[in-house]
Amino acid sequence: MSAVLEIEGLRKTYRSRKRGVRRALDGFDMRVEAGQVHGFLGPNGSGKTTTLRTLLGLIRPNSGRMAILGQELPHALPAVAGQVGAIVESPQFFPHFSARDTLGLLAQAGELPKQRVDEVLELVGLRDRAGERVKTYSLGMKQRLAVASALLKNPKLLILDEPANGLDPGGIREMRGLMRELSENGMTVVLSSHILGEIQLICDSVTIISLGRRVAFGPVEQVLAAHSQGSVRVRLEAVGDLPQAADALTRAGVRVTTEPDHLLLSGVDKPATVSRLLAEQGLYVSELTPVAVDLESVFLELTATAPVPGQHRQVDQSAKVDQAGTTGGWGA
Amino acid sequence: MSLFVTELRRLGKRRVTRLMLVLLVVGLATVATAFSFSSEKLSPATVAAAEAKANNNYQNSVKEWQRSVSECEAAAARGDNTEERYGPNCGKDYQPQPDMFEANWYLPYQFDFRAEFPMFIAVFAASVALFGFIVGASFVGAEWNTGGMMNLLLWRPKRLTVLGTKLAALLTTVLGLTVVLGALWTAAFWLIASQRGSTAKMTAGVWRSIGLDGLRALAMTLLVAAIGFALASLGRHTAMALGAAVGIFAVSEIGIRIAVAVLGVQFGDRYVLSTYAQSWFLKQAELFDYHTCQFSQGACEPATYMVTWQQSAVVFGVALVGAVAAAFWTMRRRDIS
Repeated sequence: MSAVLEIEGLRKTYRSRKRGVRRALDGFDMRVEAGQVHGFLGPNGSGKTTTLRTLLGLIRPNSGRMAILGQELPHALPAVAGQVGAIVESPQFFPHFSARDTLGLLAQAGELPKQRVDEVLELVGLRDRAGERVKTYSLGMKQRLAVASALLKNPKLLILDEPANGLDPGGIREMRGLMRELSENGMTVVLSSHILGEIQLICDSVTIISLGRRVAFGPVEQVLAAHSQGSVRVRLEAVGDLPQAADALTRAGVRVTTEPDHLLLSGVDKPATVSRLLAEQGLYVSELTPVAVDLESVFLELTATAPVPGQHRQVDQSAKVDQAGTTGGWGA
Repeated sequence: MSLFVTELRRLGKRRVTRLMLVLLVVGLATVATAFSFSSEKLSPATVAAAEAKANNNYQNSVKEWQRSVSECEAAAARGDNTEERYGPNCGKDYQPQPDMFEANWYLPYQFDFRAEFPMFIAVFAASVALFGFIVGASFVGAEWNTGGMMNLLLWRPKRLTVLGTKLAALLTTVLGLTVVLGALWTAAFWLIASQRGSTAKMTAGVWRSIGLDGLRALAMTLLVAAIGFALASLGRHTAMALGAAVGIFAVSEIGIRIAVAVLGVQFGDRYVLSTYAQSWFLKQAELFDYHTCQFSQGACEPATYMVTWQQSAVVFGVALVGAVAAAFWTMRRRDIS
């Protein structure tokens, strides 16, 4: 499969007298195959938007390689810009223009036929409100307009930063359907979102970024499988026996997390060994359930951003893994 | 070309542009209309009436003088001291003369196109320049502020081309407006002069001079619009340009004036920006230094310093190149977030 988007070793450092040096991107890698819907995930401040802005020529990187549709950036950006539709962060439009004016001006700048404006307005459900000023739109309507502006070029690569932000449940479902439809028609979609359930439903593959570095990537099922870690939930007939059970399991080399009414074990290949080990100690299991992981738990684990009772995590507090620790290079 | 046409359309669609255009046209029309009422064409009857009034005032003045001299002589005959009240020789040396009562003083105001229209070119240029500054600053400032610039750069990722095209669209609009409104302005004042004033002595040379004044006015409007655009682009906000304008005005017109007065700098006004604006429109501005005069020794010709329109061109040219170059350099270098 050919790569539509390739990023290798991308670095961006911000230097400020007040705030010192901050590495927004620290050797970030990413690869998106043609025709995929690719999820791009990361905690706040992890470098997602910086990556997208750098890719789109809005920010100058310090080093690294980027390519879209096989053409090196930023040199070839003017040549490929016509094939890339993008919205970055919250949609921003001139408030006193109507949606039709906004898209009409973009279409004219891009030398596109006028009827394309009506096509995308229909596609995002703004046909009947297209003549109204953008300042009267809700956040969800502005989001639809932003998606319309990105689709206007009928791009080969569509980059959407939080496209479901502000959408109502019906809108989110419509957006999901639209992404699928676009992908089926051969468009490659890069989707940045914090709604991980949506990402898991829509995306073929994901890249997870934390503190400017890639911490996981690949097909969604593969990422989930790689981080399921054989987790098992154990309940005992007597809750008071939990500390004794935790002690016995720990001595046997099992990683144990003690919860108020159960134990959470990880790194367990065969759950039956747990049952046998505890029975030998005279402890009787009332529940032994393999725990299925979802993207959210993988994300929280990889980025170390799961909430901890009594602590207030700051924006830049998240995991940083060695580049060697990630799976493969160049998305391999 | 499509980007240029798009930017022209965008500028024309903007609410600020439309509002400012209406204000500009209404303002200019109001000035012309109000001014037309203040001018009155001189007829032989009004000239005769003015001459009669001048003569009448002269006669009254002579009678008053004669009465004063008679009173003085009577008082002198009584032995009173008259010099303090009537002056030496009973004021006989101060007999009113006919040339002290010119008929011109009693004529109603008549607009003289040849002599006065250049001043109205400056009024016109200042109005259009203000329009250009606000519209130019808002055109790019609001684009930065609302994210429109970023959207455009996603479509046309050539920063300098985008900024240059926007500037070209602005200058084309200001140029077109200046030419069209300037022609209407000239026609309006020609009409006022024809109907309620004077169009005498309008030779080809005078028209050429007015044409050159118009060209300098055009250059000023384009320059101010470009500087407003550049300042707003530098600060990525319309308010940046407006704030800078207020700051420059305060520093130049108030701060520098106070500083040069305190320091006793000779011809201090040569450091004030408005001197160069004045010289640009009037071809030159003459500064005087009355400190060099010793009035106790009689009349004095003060020392002078001439600011020419060529010097103004250098000052404004440097400001223009500096602001625009900084805006383009920043556009090329900055991260857009």
